[in-house]
Amino acid sequence: MLKTFKYGGVHPAENKLSAGKAIEQLPLPKKAAVLVSQHIGAPSKVVVAKGDTVKVGQVIAQSAGFVSTNIHAPVSGKVLKIDTVTDNSGYKKEAVVINVDGDEWLDEIDRSDTLETSINLDAKEITDKILQSGIVGLGGATFPTHVKLMPPSGMKANILLINGVECEPFLTSDHRLMLEKGEEILMGTQLLMKALKVKKAVIGIERNKPDAIKHLSKLATKHEGISVCPLKVKYPQGGEKQLIKAVTGREVPSGALPISVGAVVNNVGTAFAVYEAVMKNKPLFERIVTVTGKNIEKPSNFRVRIGTPVNELIEAAGGLPEDTARIISGGPMMGKAIPTTDVPVTKGTSGILIISEEAGHRKPVENCIRCGRCVQVCPMGLEPYLLMTLSENKKWGKAETEKVMDCIECGSCSYTCPANRPLLDYIRYGKTSVGQIIRSRK
Amino acid sequence: MSEPLLYTVIILSAIGIAAAIILYLVARKFHVYEDPRIDQVEEALPAANCGGCGYAGCRAFAEAIVKDNSLDDKYCPVGGNEVMEKVASIMGLEAEQKAPRTAVVRCNGTCEHRPQTHNYEGVQTCAIAALNYSGETDCQYGCLGFGDCCTVCDFDAIHMNPETGLPEVIDENCVACGACVEACPRDLIELRKVMPKYRKVYVACRNMDKGGPARKACKVACIGCGKCEEVCKFDAITISNNLAFIDSDKCKLCRKCAPVCPTNAIIEENFPPPKKKQAEEKESKPAEA
Repeated sequence: MLKTFKYGGVHPAENKLSAGKAIEQLPLPKKAAVLVSQHIGAPSKVVVAKGDTVKVGQVIAQSAGFVSTNIHAPVSGKVLKIDTVTDNSGYKKEAVVINVDGDEWLDEIDRSDTLETSINLDAKEITDKILQSGIVGLGGATFPTHVKLMPPSGMKANILLINGVECEPFLTSDHRLMLEKGEEILMGTQLLMKALKVKKAVIGIERNKPDAIKHLSKLATKHEGISVCPLKVKYPQGGEKQLIKAVTGREVPSGALPISVGAVVNNVGTAFAVYEAVMKNKPLFERIVTVTGKNIEKPSNFRVRIGTPVNELIEAAGGLPEDTARIISGGPMMGKAIPTTDVPVTKGTSGILIISEEAGHRKPVENCIRCGRCVQVCPMGLEPYLLMTLSENKKWGKAETEKVMDCIECGSCSYTCPANRPLLDYIRYGKTSVGQIIRSRK
Repeated sequence: MSEPLLYTVIILSAIGIAAAIILYLVARKFHVYEDPRIDQVEEALPAANCGGCGYAGCRAFAEAIVKDNSLDDKYCPVGGNEVMEKVASIMGLEAEQKAPRTAVVRCNGTCEHRPQTHNYEGVQTCAIAALNYSGETDCQYGCLGFGDCCTVCDFDAIHMNPETGLPEVIDENCVACGACVEACPRDLIELRKVMPKYRKVYVACRNMDKGGPARKACKVACIGCGKCEEVCKFDAITISNNLAFIDSDKCKLCRKCAPVCPTNAIIEENFPPPKKKQAEEKESKPAEA
């Protein structure tokens, strides 16, 4: 039997419409709006001024703290303004807007496709390079990667997990990357292993991607210590804690970090970005984005510069279908409906999903029928119906003891609820409020 | 009289007396002294249990007053000066006099002024809507319109107006407990000093964007031009973050600021209709005819 995590999980229709589409390079936008807060942690500090000329790969915003990272110019041209632009949630956030003029890269970036295989740097140098290159977790959570590579004192990693699960329906960007850039991902894994000083790495891939499992398994025989672990298809297997449980059988305690069980998890996209940063001097300024949807003309996978407006991606995939109800940034389970198509692509944009009028609306909310399905599917072993009621009545103390902070916001409960109750919305509200209370105690 | 009945009465009485003695001794042994003033203070308070004083109900407030033996930073907004004087006389302290206040909603973004640009279908409460999105209009500072302020009000003093989609305060009922101020995720509600006949002059906007984007999002947004600041003789108006603010403690209701506002963001409430204008209208009407 294939490995998987222990509690809960759901299996939504996979709908991997763009799985067979090779990655295409999206043409450069006319204007790129680069948000200064694209990662978890402190927003970066802008270091360019209006009117400056920037080259591709140049630092435009510097890391502002330990949990923060650098942001690089994704295009070359003149800085038009440093202003606020609408982000995924509709709030206006600070951004650097660059008027694109040609495509001039910094000289030190190696733009060739040749595979570099000799690692000459030591652990410290690799971590430093990753910090300088602005690498964050590309699975969607955008946690700065260098922080994961510097475990707190007294803790030591002994296994590196590479997340190629891609359990979100519709998304195929990681799948395509594994097929097309397998060697590079494995080299990136080698670099991460060296930075962490671990001898073992496992790439977890769900069984619905047999071609990727086959391809990477074959390549992995050439790399010592790296193996591929096929996993049962179950959402949210790509969750950090779920993947650790599935592959190693270790359970991360409540409130603790994965490093407490000696594991560090990185996405395949991150591994690829690490390879490019360390071996090719190429900082993180572009990523793979899946543009998909049942009504869209040609679902595709694009290599996109950060800061490109979403409407250019949709245009390239055949334009916005007429009966569109929602445009979602990310996958259908954890993604977020975006308010306008002008929002820029960020480091965390893994997909753009177009939802039709038929499927794009909430169903009327009914009373809880006490069926317990939300409890059954919760991958963290929580009781979503209870957490929702507690949040509704603002019983924050009880919500904390019921471990509302352990929720990973996967949305399995809301997905499965037969009464269409907005469980996750309330739990997220509870998490925010309880989080504030916990922080205020310190 | 039959014997069984007699025995029953004797035995029950004996048990009763024994229990009374035990209870008396236990009560003496475990007696807790409670300051009688706590009860007196609680009696004087309005028993609204709204939490407007910052304590969990009137009893907790009374306990805090007696425990600290002072009235510093302790004020019951519901009872006002009258109740605080009573409390002060019980405690033998001096009561601080405060001007009564009332809630004011600082947003005038009706459907007419602020067109809807997106459509939100999630949970219909302001707290959750604000957590996920910037609202259904282009203004990320304005009223979300789900009425969290009305839900928390214990005094029936704030209601949603279905026509405008904005909450409206009933000044007579408002006790300035501050529950709505806390409930509003947009920080739109302010407690302002009550003026005669509940007259008010205030900036009904919280948009901190620059003039252009603010005006684009809402017709009646404050653009921070500073014209009101210039005409104010009492230094009551300050501009910060592209937004004007009228300090109700300094404002003398001269109403010089409202006419100069280019976006009509300053609102005058409960004033009699301007006589001059009416007279002008009367004059002009026959002329037109």
